[in-house]
Amino acid sequence: MALLTGWAAFVVGVATIACIYGLLTLGLNVHYGYTGLLNFGHVAFFAAGAYAAAILTMPPPSTVTNASYTVGFNLPMPWGFPVSLAAATLVGGALAALIGATSIRLGTHYLAIATFALAGVFSDVLVNEAWLTNGSFGMNSVPKPGQAALGPDRWQLAYLAFSLLSLLAVYLLVERVLDAPFGRLLKGVRESEDAAKMLGKNTTLVKLKSFVIGGMIAGFAGGVYAHYIGSVVTAQFVPQVTFTVWAAMLLGGAASNTGAVVGAVLVMTFEESTRFITTVYDWMQATLPDALSGLLPAIFGPLPNNPSFIPSMRFVIVGLLFVLVVRYRAEGLLGDPAEIEALGEEEGSE
Amino acid sequence: MGADNSTASADATTGDDALLAVDEVVKAFGGLVAVDGASFDVERESITGLIGPNGAGKSTLFNCITGVHGPESGSVRLNGDEIQGLSPTEVARCGVGRTFQTPKTFRGMTVRENLAFAATNQTGERALGPLLQSGTVRSEEHEVQTRVDETLEFLELDHLADDYGSALSGGQRKLLELGRVLMMDPEIILLDEPVAGVNPSLTDDLLRRLEELNDHGRTILFIEHDMDIVMQHCDRVVVMHNGTTLASGAPDIVQNDERVVEAYLGGYA
Repeated sequence: MALLTGWAAFVVGVATIACIYGLLTLGLNVHYGYTGLLNFGHVAFFAAGAYAAAILTMPPPSTVTNASYTVGFNLPMPWGFPVSLAAATLVGGALAALIGATSIRLGTHYLAIATFALAGVFSDVLVNEAWLTNGSFGMNSVPKPGQAALGPDRWQLAYLAFSLLSLLAVYLLVERVLDAPFGRLLKGVRESEDAAKMLGKNTTLVKLKSFVIGGMIAGFAGGVYAHYIGSVVTAQFVPQVTFTVWAAMLLGGAASNTGAVVGAVLVMTFEESTRFITTVYDWMQATLPDALSGLLPAIFGPLPNNPSFIPSMRFVIVGLLFVLVVRYRAEGLLGDPAEIEALGEEEGSE
Repeated sequence: MGADNSTASADATTGDDALLAVDEVVKAFGGLVAVDGASFDVERESITGLIGPNGAGKSTLFNCITGVHGPESGSVRLNGDEIQGLSPTEVARCGVGRTFQTPKTFRGMTVRENLAFAATNQTGERALGPLLQSGTVRSEEHEVQTRVDETLEFLELDHLADDYGSALSGGQRKLLELGRVLMMDPEIILLDEPVAGVNPSLTDDLLRRLEELNDHGRTILFIEHDMDIVMQHCDRVVVMHNGTTLASGAPDIVQNDERVVEAYLGGYA
């Protein structure tokens, strides 16, 4: 019996992805919102987590077609699941430590360039180290824990519940840690590294810690994602992911954890629902009285009859949204304008 | 280098009780020698003024003391321990508190947060502190907030406690920066032009605060241009010129030193 059909299945799917992006945005918010670190390589931590989860739980290569990977630890479910997520978290953090150790001393946009480039390098490593990652084929038999027992529909709902709980748990954890003097320490470093140093704070270490924490959260999100989709392919982990997360964070409001979650939900809902623009268009065209049938094409012009037109336009629209938020509501929906007034500015420019 | 002789002759009060001892510090940027063999002492519990014409090397010397620059040669001692070449963070942890010519206020944080940030040894500053030692963190934070309240009251900034740093005037920012340094509870306070750009009524206020701090045993070294202020409020004056210390001693002695008059004070007359 199919519990989820049509719209319901769609909504559950979008909600689960929104939770995963909510996690990613919480991670980036630690970096940028709290510490002012311009991380343009967030997708790398996400990918690292997803691949860690996949490698730990994939069945042995001999049982998979097109396998060029040589290690699949095949951790048994369900107990392999928490282990896999913990490993994803640690690997995300470890990659952040590695990238951070080499580039965290860079200021502002220099860090943005370095992280963007290193994320690109990491992506190339994933494509080329096929013995570990199965190359561009990807790892397509990542187990979905509990699916066999629950059946596909109920599993969808259960996994949504799990994703929601994960998001809530991470949200509470992050709030707890950042509402303490540690959050104040991050913010001070964000506001003026020079002043923070003169007040006896080790700013490099502080930035590295922030980087690792955000990387761990993104790695965890990668683990949740891998077991949800059931396959991990390099083509999923493109810079577009980083910028979608940025759009979500800025829309919701930097330095606000609630804003990060709200922004992620809005951006994902928006991105996913624009899939239906052609459907809505066709439906309107069909329902309008004959006399008005020329109206829509006159306003919008005939949509190019190309299946990839609308999906490509979504990127343009997300980009536009990004620009509009930054221009007209820099503090986002839930951000504090006084707090982020000078965020991202170079030190000393008043 | 003439610094040695002149310092010795004009310096009548240097004793063994020097908290900070700067000795023959040299700092060059490429071919430009900004500090060229500066030497002076800051006595414990004194207010010392560092004066000199623009470009004399005062701020660079401050930067050498606080670890922003590593000096080419020479030594900086705090309580007899060499601190030259340490990083700014390490120097601060040794007990040197410092403000900037242009205040580096945390603009996106409230005045209260600005001050609380500067408290040292906070368990809650460790990422896992709030999770694993929440009791300790809470009680420490209570203590920090009490000290913040005291500092706010002392600087008469209490009415601004919950305002953001960006909302403060230039003078208030200088006060706030002084407050942040006080929260560190340093052994010596270095102030880079603490009253420059501050309106006159607030200037008097600030200077009174400095004297009050000094009465409570704080050691203060500050850079200042206004001769009246220096002569009125300092126990000792150090005069810099062309990167070297020309003279140091009690204000009235230094004021009458011929070389000082020629190099610096003469320009004002």
